[in-house]
Amino acid sequence: MTRQAESRTGPGPARAGRHGRRPGKTGSPYPYALYLPAAVVYLLIFLVPTVMAFYFALTRWTLFDSTFVGLDNFRDFLAEQNLRVGFQNTLFYAVVTSGLKVVLGLGLGVLLTSRMRLRGFLRAVVFFPVLVSTVAVGITFSALLRPDTGLVNKALAVVGISGPDWLGDATTALLSVALVDVWKGVGLATVIYIAGILSIPQQYYHAVAVDGGTAWHRFRHVTLPLSWPATYSVIILSFIGGLRSFDLIWTMTRGGPGFTSDVIASIIYKQYQAGFFGLSTAGNVLLFLVVTALVVPLNYFLGKRQVAP
Amino acid sequence: MKSSPPMLKTAAAVLAIAVLASCGTSGDDEPAAGGSVTLSFLTGSDQSTVDTSKALADAFMKANPDIKIEIENQPGGSEGDNIIKTRLSTGEMSDVFWYNSGSLLQALNPTQTMVDLTGDPVLADVQPDYLPVVSQGGKAFGVPATTLAGGGILYNRKVYERLGLQVPKTWDEFMANNEKIKAANITPVITTFKDTWTSQLFVLSDFYNVQAAAPTFAADYTAGKAKFATTPAAIGGFQHLADVHAKDYVNKGFGSAVLDQGLKMLIEGTGAHYPMLTTLLPAQLATYPQTATDVGFFGLPGDDAAKHGATVWEPAALYIAKTTEHLDAAKKFLAFVASPAGTDAVTAAVRPSGPYRIKGSKLPEDALQVAKDLQVYIDQSATAPALEFLSPIKGPSLEQITVAVGSGLTPPAEGAAQYDQDVEKQAKQLGLAGW
Amino acid sequence: MRSFKRAGAEAVALVIATAVFLVPFSFMLLTAVKDDVQSADLDFAWPANWPVVQNFVEVVQARDYVLLRAYLNSTILTVTSVALIVVAAAMAAFVLQRRAGRISAVANFLVLSGLIIPPAIVPTIWLLQAIGLFKTMPGLILVEVAFGLAYAVLLFKAFIAAIPRELDQAAMMDGCGGFTLFFRVIFPLLRPVTITVILTSSVAVFNDFVNPLYFLPGDENATVQVTLYNFQSQYSTQWNLLFMDIVLITIPPLLAFVFFNRKIVAGMTAGAIKG
Repeated sequence: MTRQAESRTGPGPARAGRHGRRPGKTGSPYPYALYLPAAVVYLLIFLVPTVMAFYFALTRWTLFDSTFVGLDNFRDFLAEQNLRVGFQNTLFYAVVTSGLKVVLGLGLGVLLTSRMRLRGFLRAVVFFPVLVSTVAVGITFSALLRPDTGLVNKALAVVGISGPDWLGDATTALLSVALVDVWKGVGLATVIYIAGILSIPQQYYHAVAVDGGTAWHRFRHVTLPLSWPATYSVIILSFIGGLRSFDLIWTMTRGGPGFTSDVIASIIYKQYQAGFFGLSTAGNVLLFLVVTALVVPLNYFLGKRQVAP
Repeated sequence: MKSSPPMLKTAAAVLAIAVLASCGTSGDDEPAAGGSVTLSFLTGSDQSTVDTSKALADAFMKANPDIKIEIENQPGGSEGDNIIKTRLSTGEMSDVFWYNSGSLLQALNPTQTMVDLTGDPVLADVQPDYLPVVSQGGKAFGVPATTLAGGGILYNRKVYERLGLQVPKTWDEFMANNEKIKAANITPVITTFKDTWTSQLFVLSDFYNVQAAAPTFAADYTAGKAKFATTPAAIGGFQHLADVHAKDYVNKGFGSAVLDQGLKMLIEGTGAHYPMLTTLLPAQLATYPQTATDVGFFGLPGDDAAKHGATVWEPAALYIAKTTEHLDAAKKFLAFVASPAGTDAVTAAVRPSGPYRIKGSKLPEDALQVAKDLQVYIDQSATAPALEFLSPIKGPSLEQITVAVGSGLTPPAEGAAQYDQDVEKQAKQLGLAGW
Repeated sequence: MRSFKRAGAEAVALVIATAVFLVPFSFMLLTAVKDDVQSADLDFAWPANWPVVQNFVEVVQARDYVLLRAYLNSTILTVTSVALIVVAAAMAAFVLQRRAGRISAVANFLVLSGLIIPPAIVPTIWLLQAIGLFKTMPGLILVEVAFGLAYAVLLFKAFIAAIPRELDQAAMMDGCGGFTLFFRVIFPLLRPVTITVILTSSVAVFNDFVNPLYFLPGDENATVQVTLYNFQSQYSTQWNLLFMDIVLITIPPLLAFVFFNRKIVAGMTAGAIKG
């Protein structure tokens, strides 16, 4: 009986969990054993090395030997000359990329689950950039965004606008990279939305149809609220991704010109490349704290809205 | 429901295959027929490094049929640095590997990770003044794998001829040439800041001039006593970058231009000067044969025409990992690399862009023009090695700082001061005394 | 009238999609079929020569046919890792979403951490050396699974939340245990998101080049992304060959996507959304 009560009340107190562990005739409907494969691999291959690495944040580490230096690395990292700019850029980049991915992903998701003739083709087209390696995307857009021969500026010249040196100019570099990031990543957001929209039971649409609802009604009152799992996933995944992202920035601008498009992750990566392994690990610990401080409240806030239909 | 158990089965099956497959690869160690050994040789992936390595390995195998060399390539640049560090520190290094000499070598802890070659016959033919750049704590670890490179201004000789210009000996003459070149609608100074490392050349190749003005700079700098921002001669490089940008001598779109474009401009004569290393040229020969004759080299001009000279980059080297199980074969290979027979094999594959560091190796008749220009400086003893060969410290952010200064985002003095901070961080991370 | 409007909207969508997505793609294709010299311009010019076959052959033959071996390695790596990720993550996400308590709170935090913390390469190598899996395919597979789990768990969890708990109870009434409940009732319902997880994880594993470089080095074990280094270095790049390689390694996953896309469409007609 207790077990049934537990499943009916949903996320219950810890007490219910302990009950479930008791050996019973059928066991809990949600046995912890299901955790086992994921937990073993994750703890062994990911968590153990991570904890080891965190120790090295307190050392001067050359990979060959390490000297314990206490919190020096943290102090040095915080004294990094461009950390402030990097922090602002990180927030800007994460908000712009995840915001656009949510909006465009939802729009494309709705479009590509509607009954249009070229649906299959368009899905492949939208998903294609996801498959192309970051290096290739970086090179391609660097070429398209060239000031003189690039297609973008040539197109702008046709309508009489003289475009800037998108990636070479400090004022446009970061935004340009963020837009390319959206181009590359919107396909993922779209397939998540497609899954979300396809998971909505048909009855809801029928109900709106019976009420004589318009397409806007369908979207506003069924698709939008009931694809919430997708929205939640896209926001969390792309926001964290945006905060941590640097590979595209690295291939397209190397944080430049100068330091103007640096984000925290690219600053860390530079320390790593320079062979400052302890310092870069300390940077990672700090980035982890910053991202956690931003994401945990966001996750809590979004999670509260996450209700079953 | 239907899908899950088959999926699991497939997973298990694939995993089993994967296990078998990997057992297969790890089990194919050489059968050791007739006492033959296989040496693994890790090298870079850019064209001239690949060609040089291949030429060396092939010529060696021809002379020593009982030793087989397997070349393994890996990315260059700092990603490559980290792979090499990782492999050395985890004991997974190949028998022989190609790596930079100078300050970058120090970060590999050679005394711990490499075979000491001091006094070994392997080094017999190496020019003795090369050895310091492959040494740590007085012990030598490597042999030069390629040629010396000049770092300074590569220039288009056709443009100079057409405009009747003379090779400048001072910065003022250089700027005067730039003015005339600009008037002829040619880009005076090719600038390619998308490949950030190319922005450092004005600063790094100015070192001959720094040393001429402050002879003890390298030692004082290593000890933390001399700074870029407080040494007038050392600010010069940053100032040059700013001057060239301020006078608008750079190409349009310099912020997003890359090395390949820069070399093309230089060779085709749409640009006149390119601050660069001579080693980048041989790879262009296949596409642009005129590279051999049309591109010349001069050292970065300083203040005093009487003290004109050039900064040089020592060749990268081959090293033997301490974990090797084929020490004799590896030494045999290195001895071959560091012999005239080895350099002849390289010359046959890659036309040299500078002189070799091996006793008895001569520049061939058809060496590139830049190699001949560089040889003149060497014959006059008017060269100095770049700072990174005299000091273990090179700040990692120099390339970003020089881009900022060269784009007019940061004033030169501030750039020099930023670099001093960067250097201080590096010195601390290296655990050097006096910082 | 209405269908006319619809056709118009479709045409607009098509034009925009073409401009935004296919122009960059055509740039890659064009560069792949140019000759050495022209490709270095990296512009949109029409190829002066068409060394298509020559570029193709050169890329396939490079480094002793490393590309073909790389295909095999990447396929084994991707299929195995993704199969393990999907099963392990779906199971874990199910308990995580359904069962509250201290263990799940910790698990929740670990999932977020897995998304946030970048993997520590060198300690991971030490660990794999200790358990004898370094430089082996199973070792690399475990690494990909460990690094890919968090993403998949988060996705599964969000979608499991939308499955009513009444179903669980109904199944329990029928005498299902936890495992049967999950595999017989829940997992089949997760089909749309499972396909999404398969897609995203495959892309992540297939496109990964950092981990193979560190955990399974050597030409023998190269994966497709590593082959890009054959044509690109710090100093010189053979752009036409690089892009031919990019095109060649992008097409198989694109075909796989088209295949999976059919599956999604098939899933749709089962549910038949009215447009």
